[in-house]
Amino acid sequence: MSKVLKYAFIIFWTLFVLAPLSWAVVTSFKTPEAVNQGATFIPWVQFDPTLAGWRDILGISGYTNLIPNMINSALITFFASFISVTLGGLAAYGLSRFRYGWKYYGNSDIIFFFIAQRILPPVVLAIPFFLLLKSLNLLDTHLGLILVLTSGLMPIVVWLMVDFFNQVPREIDEMAMLEGCNPVQAFRRTILPLSKPGIAISAIFAVIFGWNDLFFALVLTFANVKTLPAAVVALNGTVTPFWTLAASAIFSILPLIGFVFIVERYLAKGGFTGAVR
Amino acid sequence: MSLELKDLGITEGTDMILEGITFTFDPGRIYVLMGRTAAGKTSLMRAIAGLLDFTDGDMYFNGEDFDVLPTWKRNTSMVYQQFINYPNKTVLGNVIFPLLRSGVNMPEAKAKALEMIDKVGLRNFVDRKPGELSGGQQQRVAIARALVRNADILLLDEPLMNLDYKLREQLREDFRELFTSTKDSVTIYATTEPAEALLIGDELLVMHEGRIIQSGVPAEVFENPNSVTVAQIVNDPPMSILAASVSQGTLSIGHALNSSVPAHLAGIADGDYQVGFRASDLAIGLDGEMTVQGEVDLVEVAGSETLIYLNTPTGYTIVQEEGIHVHHAGDKVAITVSPQRAFLFDLTGKLIAAPGN
Repeated sequence: MSKVLKYAFIIFWTLFVLAPLSWAVVTSFKTPEAVNQGATFIPWVQFDPTLAGWRDILGISGYTNLIPNMINSALITFFASFISVTLGGLAAYGLSRFRYGWKYYGNSDIIFFFIAQRILPPVVLAIPFFLLLKSLNLLDTHLGLILVLTSGLMPIVVWLMVDFFNQVPREIDEMAMLEGCNPVQAFRRTILPLSKPGIAISAIFAVIFGWNDLFFALVLTFANVKTLPAAVVALNGTVTPFWTLAASAIFSILPLIGFVFIVERYLAKGGFTGAVR
Repeated sequence: MSLELKDLGITEGTDMILEGITFTFDPGRIYVLMGRTAAGKTSLMRAIAGLLDFTDGDMYFNGEDFDVLPTWKRNTSMVYQQFINYPNKTVLGNVIFPLLRSGVNMPEAKAKALEMIDKVGLRNFVDRKPGELSGGQQQRVAIARALVRNADILLLDEPLMNLDYKLREQLREDFRELFTSTKDSVTIYATTEPAEALLIGDELLVMHEGRIIQSGVPAEVFENPNSVTVAQIVNDPPMSILAASVSQGTLSIGHALNSSVPAHLAGIADGDYQVGFRASDLAIGLDGEMTVQGEVDLVEVAGSETLIYLNTPTGYTIVQEEGIHVHHAGDKVAITVSPQRAFLFDLTGKLIAAPGN
C-alpha cells in the first residue's frame, strides 16, 4: 500500500512539475485557432503543429528577434561564470588549504563574509551598483553587467568549492609537492583534475543564476545590452500572442538545458576512491 | 649524503611536539623510528620532508642547510600510513608521475616505472586505478611511487599499519629486498611494532614525547633498554613492571616473593627498585623458583600466541604463552616468575641491569 502511495505521489509531483513546461512546449507549436480550441496536448492528433511562434521570436516573420538577446545573455553569463569559477575556485583552494585571518577571525569567518553577500536582497544593491557603474561609465554595457553578476556569483562558487576542496585529502597536495610540484603545480596537476565534479557543480550554479538574472539586467542595462530574460519579460508587456510567448519561454531555457546535459557527465561520484584508505 | 639534525624542536603554542632532536642519518642504512602513537615520529618525518616547520634547531643535508629548501626541492619520498595515491591515475600513471616531474623522458620513465611495478608484484594491474585495487595493492603502488625515483631521503611512516596481519607479514619480508635498491638513500621507517624494527632496521631510534630517548642497533636496544619507558615501548606486549627491593642478597618482588639475588644482579646495593619481565619470560601453571597467584583480567589470542592479562598482588602482569590456551576472566592461576630474566630499574626508571641473552 505504501508503495502505491509512494508511486502515486511521485507521478503526481512529476506531472505537477512538467505540466507547465509541456504546456509551454505544446503551445509554442500551436496556431491561433488551436489555442482557442481549449486544452489540447497531442500534436497531429488534436491540433496541427506550426512554427509560427518560433518564426515570430527568431526574426523570420519580422515580429521580433531574440537571437541578439540570447547572444548578449550567453556572453555575459559565460564571462561572469568563467571569472567566478576561476577566481572563486582559486580563492576556495586557498581558504581550504591555508590559514588566513586576523586575531579571532579565521577562514570560516572569511567564507561566511563571502556567502553573507547573498543575504542582501538584490534591491538593496541596485542603487549602489547603478551609481558605481554610472561613475565608471559602464551602464548598459556587457562589462558592467559581467562585473555585477560576478560579484554575486563568486560567493556561491567559493562556498561550494571550499567544501569540495575540504573533501580532497590534503595528503594529495603534500604528495605532489614531495614529488616535485610547487603548490601551483600541485593544484594544477593533481587537485584540479580531481575537482571536475566540484567545478561542474559550481559552473552549473553560476550559469543558472547568471543566465536567469533579470533584476540587474533590468536596472543596469537599457537598449544596447538587453539580455534574454529582459527581452522575454518585455514581450510579456506587449500584445504578444500566447504561442509566441510560449516559444520565447522555451527558447530562453534551451541553452541552459543543453549546458547542464554537457556538464552533467563530470558529476561522477566517488572521485576520491583510492586516494586515501 | 648524510642528513644531520641539530637540536631540532617544534613547538605549537604551549605544546611541545619535538624537542632536542640531534642525530645524523647516513645513506644506505635503514633507521627505524619507534614509539607509541603521538611520540613525534610523524612530526619528525614531516619536518624532514619540509611539510612541517620546525621552531628550533638546524637541519643539514650533505652539509648544506636543508631548511631553506621547500618541500618540492628536497628530493624526498614519503609513504604514509594511509595508502595515498592519485585516484584519477592508473597504477602506471601513479608510478610514472614522480619520474616525469623530475624531468625523466617518457620512454625511460615508463621503463623504470614498469620495472618498479614488477618489483612490487603489480605487473598485471598497471592499467587499474587505485580504487580498483585491494588495500595491500594500493600500498604497494604508494611504495613503488616512493621508491621509483631513488630519492635522497625515503620516509616510510608506518606503511604497514592499516594492512591485515597476513599482508603485513608478507610485505615486511619484501621490504628488506625492496630497500636494497635504495643504497644511496637515507631511509627512515617509523613503526610502533618491535618485530618490524628488529626485522627491518639497521639502527633503532626510540621516541617518546617528542624526544629520542635511546638509539642503537635494534637487538641491543631490545636487550638493554635504558629505561622503563624504552622497555615498555620496545616490547610488545609491554614489559610488566613490578615493585621490588634488594636486601642482604635477597630479591623481594612486591613484598610477596623472595629469592636469592640472581647472578646478573650480583653486587646490587640494598634498596628499592623496579623489576621488569617480558611477557614471554613469564609462564602460567608451572612450578618455578617464584610463583605468584593471579586473577585473569583479559585473554587475547594473537595468531599462534595467547596473551593473558592478570591482576596479581605484585602488580598488573602480562603473560605470553605459545599456542592457544583457554582461560576465562576471573580464573585464578599461578604465574611463574624467573628472577634470572628480570630487568632491574631504579625508582626513576633508569636501567641498572639486564638479564642478557
